[in-house]
Amino acid sequence: MSVGLEHYLIVSAALFSLGLLGVIMRRNLLVIYMSLELMLNAANLALVAFSRFNNNLDGQLMVFFIITVAAAEVAVGLALIVALYRKRQSAHVEDLVSMKL
Amino acid sequence: MQDILFYLFAALTLLCGFLVVANPFSRNPVTSAMFLVLTIVSMAGLFVLLHAFFLAAVQILVYAGAVMVLFLFVIMLLDLKEEQRRRYKLYGAVLGLASVAGLGWLLVKTLWQSGVGAGLQPGYVGDTKSLGMALFSRGEFLLPFEIVSLLLLVAMVGVILLSKKDLK
Repeated sequence: MSVGLEHYLIVSAALFSLGLLGVIMRRNLLVIYMSLELMLNAANLALVAFSRFNNNLDGQLMVFFIITVAAAEVAVGLALIVALYRKRQSAHVEDLVSMKL
Repeated sequence: MQDILFYLFAALTLLCGFLVVANPFSRNPVTSAMFLVLTIVSMAGLFVLLHAFFLAAVQILVYAGAVMVLFLFVIMLLDLKEEQRRRYKLYGAVLGLASVAGLGWLLVKTLWQSGVGAGLQPGYVGDTKSLGMALFSRGEFLLPFEIVSLLLLVAMVGVILLSKKDLK
């Protein structure tokens, strides 16, 4: 059986689940952030596969935009984490339970 | 040949993705970051198999190049020694595994029942020229493109403001 759309979608689903597992299970803000990147990448893979097997380039353009927005998001999020660490001396979600700094 | 490469890259992607979130040997965030780089590179291999050459290059340049360097810089800025001393919470791990298994089962079942099949016979090739034509010649994506450039500017200003020592 040759590799088709289904195979790519299953890989994408598995990768998305792994990312979600990381977000739920890990307690370090940076690792949670990396798991978020994993989930974004899973969505990218599904979009590229759809684009390939529907003979339409719009999916790839969408991925192009997603990569750009993800880069901006990572920059802002990491700056927030650094600012938070300066205030609280911790990047551990269990230490960050109050809304007041 | 392509099928073998697909299975190779898919297995590598999933294995490295698993090692990012739950590495049994090391809790160090640097290890996670390194495995994330491997995941991204093997995913670029999958993109090449899908004939999305431009996106494969961008994936490596932007993710493995820029984003991961940013991650490593922040890891070096913060002192994360304490992470390795803490244990996983058992109920957290069990609940997380259960909910993720439920979600994965739902996704696979949806795929199974919708019967997406193998799709159309692939035709397009996502190289730089055809992507550029699709992006700029139809006019559909011109406004999103400009908005994204604005978003990058906003992000840049925001990051500079956030990382200043004392906000005035």
